Amino acid sequence: MAILEVSGLKVYFHTRNGVVKAVDDVSFSVDSGETLAIVGESGSGKSVTCYSLLDLLPKPPAKIEGGTALFNGHDLLTCSAAEMRQHRCNDIAVIFQDPMTSLNPFLTIGEQLIEPLIYHPNKDQVTSRAEAKEKAVALLDEVGIIDPEVRFDCYPHEFSGGMRQRVMIAMALITEPKLLICDEPTTALDVTIQAQILELIKKLQETRNVAVIFISHDLGVVAGIADKVMVMCDGTIRETGDTDNIFYKTKDEYTKKLLAAIPEGAKTLPNRCNTDEALVEVTNLKTYFRNQAAAAKDDESQFVKAVNDVSLTISRGEILGLVGESGSGKSTLGRSILQLAPTTAGSVSFNKQVLTGMTPKKLVPWRQKMQMIFQDPYASLNPRMTVFETLSEPLLYHGLATQKTIAAQVKTLMDDVGLAQAQLRKYPHEFSGGQRQRIAIGRAIATKPEFIIADEPVSALDVTIQAQILDLILNLVERHNLTMMFISHDLSVVRYISDRVIIMNRGVIIEQGDTEALWAHPKQQYTQDLLSAIPLADPVSERNRIASR
Amino acid sequence: MYRFALGRLLQAIPVLLVVITVTFFLVHSAPGGPFSADKAVPPEVIKALEEQYNLNQPVWQQYIGYLGDVLRGDFGPSFKYSGRTVNELIGAGLPITAELALYAMLVALGVGITAGVGAAMRPNTLQDYLPMTGAMIGICMPSFLLGPLLVLIFGIHLDWLPVSGWGDIPGDKILPSITLGTGYAAYIARLSRGGMLEVLSQDYIRTARAKGLSERLIIVKHALRGGLIPVVAFLGPAFAGLLAGSFVVETIFQIPGMGRFYVQAAFNRDYTLILGMTIFLSTLIIVFNLLSDMLAIWLNPKLRHELEGAKS
Amino acid sequence: MNNSSSETTVMPDDQGTSLWQDAWIKLSKNRLALFGLAVLVTLILVSLLTPLIAPYGYEEQNLDMGATAPSLQHWLGTDIFGRDMLTRIMYGGRVSLMVGFIATAVALVIGILWGATAGFFGGRLDAVMMRIVDVLYALPFMIFIILLMVVFGRNILLLFLAIGAVEWLTMARIVRSQVMSLRNQEFVEAAHSLGLSQWTIIRRHIIPNTLGPVIVYTTLTIPSVMLLEAFLSFLGLGIQPPESSWGLLINYGVETMEEFPWLLIFPGIALSLTLFALNFLGDGLRDALDPRTSKD
Repeated sequence: MAILEVSGLKVYFHTRNGVVKAVDDVSFSVDSGETLAIVGESGSGKSVTCYSLLDLLPKPPAKIEGGTALFNGHDLLTCSAAEMRQHRCNDIAVIFQDPMTSLNPFLTIGEQLIEPLIYHPNKDQVTSRAEAKEKAVALLDEVGIIDPEVRFDCYPHEFSGGMRQRVMIAMALITEPKLLICDEPTTALDVTIQAQILELIKKLQETRNVAVIFISHDLGVVAGIADKVMVMCDGTIRETGDTDNIFYKTKDEYTKKLLAAIPEGAKTLPNRCNTDEALVEVTNLKTYFRNQAAAAKDDESQFVKAVNDVSLTISRGEILGLVGESGSGKSTLGRSILQLAPTTAGSVSFNKQVLTGMTPKKLVPWRQKMQMIFQDPYASLNPRMTVFETLSEPLLYHGLATQKTIAAQVKTLMDDVGLAQAQLRKYPHEFSGGQRQRIAIGRAIATKPEFIIADEPVSALDVTIQAQILDLILNLVERHNLTMMFISHDLSVVRYISDRVIIMNRGVIIEQGDTEALWAHPKQQYTQDLLSAIPLADPVSERNRIASR
Repeated sequence: MYRFALGRLLQAIPVLLVVITVTFFLVHSAPGGPFSADKAVPPEVIKALEEQYNLNQPVWQQYIGYLGDVLRGDFGPSFKYSGRTVNELIGAGLPITAELALYAMLVALGVGITAGVGAAMRPNTLQDYLPMTGAMIGICMPSFLLGPLLVLIFGIHLDWLPVSGWGDIPGDKILPSITLGTGYAAYIARLSRGGMLEVLSQDYIRTARAKGLSERLIIVKHALRGGLIPVVAFLGPAFAGLLAGSFVVETIFQIPGMGRFYVQAAFNRDYTLILGMTIFLSTLIIVFNLLSDMLAIWLNPKLRHELEGAKS
Repeated sequence: MNNSSSETTVMPDDQGTSLWQDAWIKLSKNRLALFGLAVLVTLILVSLLTPLIAPYGYEEQNLDMGATAPSLQHWLGTDIFGRDMLTRIMYGGRVSLMVGFIATAVALVIGILWGATAGFFGGRLDAVMMRIVDVLYALPFMIFIILLMVVFGRNILLLFLAIGAVEWLTMARIVRSQVMSLRNQEFVEAAHSLGLSQWTIIRRHIIPNTLGPVIVYTTLTIPSVMLLEAFLSFLGLGIQPPESSWGLLINYGVETMEEFPWLLIFPGIALSLTLFALNFLGDGLRDALDPRTSKD
């Protein structure tokens, strides 16, 4: 029997600029012990759908305009505040996306864990503090927190992101809910941690037989754990069905587009690098930052060794992928190569010319030849400059255009990156994320550079837009004969785009090699772990993988 | 934490030294000697007076001497109130000013936090607009305007409350406390509203709600601590402001506190009194700034850990 | 919730709206802020034209008449010397506004230079400069200003300098934190990677993005300076006769408030109304220039 049955749910946002239909006529049901995945891009209404069930939306602007959500026969949308508290305490729990902000930094995790038990709205269900602690410690142990007795009294900032998410999971399960809502629980985590958390959720669900609604933007993540999948777009359901049907017998065009957008398999274009001519050479590069947090006096902990003795070469015409998890030093390496971060030791040379130690003035002609594309398209454009100003600045500054030719040159650039020329006088805040990234790419190629470092250029974008930007980048590399270093945490993206790959961890290079060779035979344990943690949009193989662990 | 507190206290010492030095030399470089105002005094009397107050010594010698006295807690005799020391005058005024400041602070915190938290709980409703309009009026109605108006309405027109003195007639402490506290109540209301709104929009409040906690518990346990940190950090500057405000309020209501002495000393050119009181008040303000800073840090577990980690 | 991230969003018009235009649109929807702006503009105009439009001369007095209640000849009544209150308030406002603007300008110049230098160069220089600000913050400035006024006499120029010297601290902190966060923004890094010179980066990328908070804080500094001046003048330690300011008029009003309450109430209204207007305008500007309250 369905534990939750939602029908005709409508949630509208009443904003100053009119009504936004965030959720429009959505119906679905979940049985106990079942996992329903709701998949969609940003703005699809997937989170709003779930938050409206527990009355967690800010009202105003949100307003539930219609529909019912029956939980064991009781309508969640029309129940009183007191009844809603009962449901939140006894029946439904949520695991939120960002474990960094979802725990109260002012209270110990133990206090936050036992709260729903010791302040239970039903007098007869109130647990004593000691009993609640016992239960919490056992649960912390179960979700994989080492030393739970001691960690019970720690504050959230003393935990890593993955550990916090484990605490969040324990907190959701402590009231023994019948329905668990997971809102992108692994999006903020590294890929190896993500695999662990997914496994944990799957295991806990099986031992407890709870129903799970798993919200995600990533079809790959849900392939292995979902029984049913519901695809949403712009507030409406596009397709609902068994996981296998959705993946293998896709009906809806939008779902097909989503599946197609997932970067899969090897790079389809041939490696354009046919010489052994090294364009960029990095030798024994070290970039240390002074450690400001701890007042460490000894030499070892005085510095954060972001890049620690790295040597590499990038040949003319190749796309080199640089992979690493957060804190691996991959971005710092990129910035050090471009002389944007002060290097501590070692050298970087470009076209046989040593760049390290050059004065800023001397670097200027070289800067024209090396450019960077940044991760966050919202932060990488000056909000007070129009597209025209942003794109014309490098051209005019390096003397590559005159006041007479500039308009035509900027328009060519707009065509190059696929932006309409009519939008020349617009400001960044008037564009979507993907369009902004196009502007940023346009700025990077404006000076006709030979070498571009792209630092996670697609990780802030939705998957369909990600695919478009990746194709744009590949296209530009071909057309302008570029050499590129592509930095990413996403192994599938790197495999899709690069000729050669470097795996980095804790400031050092773990392994490097031609992409396909490395994928087929990873030599280091770390690389093997990393590669086996990649979620694939293939339910059968994902299930086998989880089962085999 | 203790070592951090000690470190901060040690840092306050050079600041205090600067205060003493600057005030001393400012007062001593004043155009016209301290006695030049009283033209009728014969020269030999001035000479005797100067000898009495060590004014015939070189300035640096006076400075060293004064510094020694201050370190021993002795601010010397008053110029104008003959026979009374600065210490006596401070001793007489301090309890009254402290009591006034305490009541004003209670008014400010009580009214301010209630209004601010209440407003933040229902933003953009009447419960928000009314207290915030009140707060804006409070900020734009300085004490030297509010005080006389209150006197005019409640003291003279309605004849409900006494309009001067301190502790002589029952009820004479009400108007001064309200006059002094209102402005700060308004600031605190705005600060706590802003702080609470910021905290209430955090993800962890949503988590607490999803856990089924009552709204009251969410506000009291999860939101207040973070939301009131700006208020705690403001307590130090607010205290300094209250002392300055006491100058006006004590003048309006004729309260024999330190503030009135200070203003009178300023008019009388009572140099030793103004010097002593400046140093004394500065010390108080610096100490209170320190305390409110430390309290704000201590309330945040992350900062607390960092300090403990760094200093242990 | 961003609902327009679709790649196919159509932008119909050719001309974009800059953040400044955006802010202006938001501000113009805020009635209180517009009211504040209107009051401010009126006050500035009246102050500039006072000698031309004041109904009576500044020195003009009529001892025989003495204090009279508001009438058709004297809209706001007369004081005990028979001087027209409207005229007195207009001339007082000139002084109050002038103190507000000049002292704020002093604070602005020192604060921006100090904060921008510390923020842009960072490192040890920043540590030293901000340490100085911290130490100055701990000083009881109100007491110092009173002391200065006592020692050096009630000099209006000194008053500007003293008040400006207090108010620059907060401005320096605001500008510094703004510059610091901008320095680490990716668009500034992008400018560096384009090889732009320091000066070009400051001029084109840093300054335009710090202007918002500076404008807001300036608008809020003016009323707090005016309040400080009024406070000192009320105590008799600020503006001295024959000059006049609203604080001083309130001081005189208090002395005779039992018999002639209008002598207290009208200057009080003038001061409060101005403070209201400036604070509302500042709050409105803050909302309008805050990127978080963007249109969606």
